Amino acid sequence: MSDLTVDAAAEARRLSRREFIKRVIASGAVASSASFVMGGLAGCAPARRQVSGAVERLVSINVNGQLRRVDVLPQETLAMTLRYKLGLTGTKLGCDRAECGACTVMIDGTTYYACSTLTHGVRGRKVVTVEGLRGPDGELHPVQQAFVDELGPQCGFCTPGQVVAAVALLQKNPKPSREEARHAMSGNLCRCGAYDNYLNAIMRAAGNLTEIHHGA
Amino acid sequence: MLKDMMPHFDLYQPDTLEAALDLAARLGEDGWLVGGGQDSFDWLKNRTRRTSAVIDLSGIAALRGVRVRDAGIEIGALTTLTEIEDDAVIRSRYSLLASAAGRVASPQIRNAGTLGGNLCQDTRCWYYRGGVDCYRAGGNMCYADTPEGQNREHAIFNASRCVAVTPSDTANALVALDAQMVIAGRSGERVVPAAAFFVGPDIDIRRMTVIEPGEILTAVRIPATWSGAQFHFEKVADRTTWDFALVSVAAAFRMEGEVIRDARIVCGAVACVPWRVTAVERALVGATRNAATADKVAQLATGGARALNFNQFKLPLMENLIRRAIRGA
Ligand SMILES: Cc1cc2nc3c(=O)[nH]c(=O)nc-3n(C[C@H](O)[C@H](O)[C@H](O)COP(=O)(O)OP(=O)(O)OC[C@H]3O[C@@H](n4cnc5c(N)ncnc54)[C@H](O)[C@@H]3O)c2cc1C
Ligand code: SF4
Ligand code: FES
Ligand code: FES
Repeated sequence: MSDLTVDAAAEARRLSRREFIKRVIASGAVASSASFVMGGLAGCAPARRQVSGAVERLVSINVNGQLRRVDVLPQETLAMTLRYKLGLTGTKLGCDRAECGACTVMIDGTTYYACSTLTHGVRGRKVVTVEGLRGPDGELHPVQQAFVDELGPQCGFCTPGQVVAAVALLQKNPKPSREEARHAMSGNLCRCGAYDNYLNAIMRAAGNLTEIHHGA
Repeated sequence: MLKDMMPHFDLYQPDTLEAALDLAARLGEDGWLVGGGQDSFDWLKNRTRRTSAVIDLSGIAALRGVRVRDAGIEIGALTTLTEIEDDAVIRSRYSLLASAAGRVASPQIRNAGTLGGNLCQDTRCWYYRGGVDCYRAGGNMCYADTPEGQNREHAIFNASRCVAVTPSDTANALVALDAQMVIAGRSGERVVPAAAFFVGPDIDIRRMTVIEPGEILTAVRIPATWSGAQFHFEKVADRTTWDFALVSVAAAFRMEGEVIRDARIVCGAVACVPWRVTAVERALVGATRNAATADKVAQLATGGARALNFNQFKLPLMENLIRRAIRGA
């Protein structure tokens, strides 16, 4: 075992597994999980010759109000960069094919599937992930609180994407009808079928209490 | 399904059309154009297609937006589907296109997807998408048009070896509006009517449009002809989000009082190209736009159709959608 792995193992005992993995990834240290994900990727030979006019790999991107410097492969999607290089694992990868919405993020206030967006395409734009929604003291965003109050999530896997889509909707249309919200949320799949709870939560966050439907 | 990085490609992000055309000319077939990438990335992720270079057009500001031009409008090819759905001029004068754009895929895909990409996207036949060596992929058989082939989504018109259908929702609206496609190459620009832009398998089985390697679709022009006409768009799919049409109809009616002076009826997902139903269009001229007319002429729509094993339902579906379009649903 190398020193790095010994240190890492000791560190792992102190921290929760999840915290540990996040820190390792964020720091860029080559520990098992990170190298498995990034190192085992087909077709991304390191240090490839740059053809003239092609993009630079080292870029700065604005994520949740912070400028983050990161080495981005030309073919890398934003979901990959966020999760595996910036440690922002709130953005989920469900299908990786623009078919589920688990990876929904905001770019300049508009929702996109991070799995189907090239990271090099967001330079100069503002990315907001679910991690960027909490308040200065770590309190939940009103939309997140409403999701909790309305028992929105079941398994929770789709929830970060649902939250981001809902926040984007309310920024554009602070008082949507239930039908408008349903339309705006139609790009976010929920395998648990918690759609009504999510719509109730959006109506609550928008202060539209008469549009909350409880019971069958 | 693989959830890892796409295989390597060099990425170019030109910010002018000239730079993009230079790259497209230099890279030829190796330079994969990307608008929003919502069709392209699936091919690359699935490894059913590979490319050594991607030319990302999304940074070319000049190719974006809606402009009034010669009493009609010109839409930059990089304008997103959401921008088209929300555009005030399109909504007031050519709402057919706004309706069609608003029925594509999902909100997030419409936010990223461009008009050019929507028009140039490849067919969704799953055998082909799955990477089999069918006719369209350069092989010598069609897997969909066999006794066991799963062809519920496939064509009922104009098949020639290949029975795949056009996937684009906006294409049908643009054919109905007599739009013109502006195509740029290094040696200049050519303008092609929408109806001639899409290519069926009888003409070339390997491609969906007339665009050649090295060329870029820069804009779509819609003439004043159909401005403010009466429109009807309807799309039937298995799901209301994320799903391609089983059959769709884009219809335009120019009226003189109660009487139809001219009409366009274009169906999606019944042929490899947007399918103009000229027999119905002709029968509508001089008729009143009402249920009686609808019942009389709708059956003309399916003359010459040839159903496959699993898509007989498309014939009555197409007739009924056209009936609804003529009555105004
Ligand atoms: C889950 C899912 C559901 C979908 N549902 C629908 C649907 O219901 N209806 C529908 O119509 N589509 C649908 N699509 C298809 C498609 O993703 C979108 O229509 C989108 O508009 C494509 O635009 P884009 O700019 O992202 O395309 P891109 O992927 O960028 O481009 C598509 C193709 O067009 C070429 N191209 C792009 N721009 C140009 C240009 N300016 N000049 C020349 N060639 C160009 C590219 O080289 C590529 O081959 C769906 C896609 C997915 C993944
Ligand atoms: S329908 Fe066309 S694309 Fe599909 S398998 Fe047959 S030849 Fe290939
Ligand atoms: S992971 Fe991006 S849409 Fe499913
Ligand atoms: S809560 Fe389980 S997928 Fe939505």
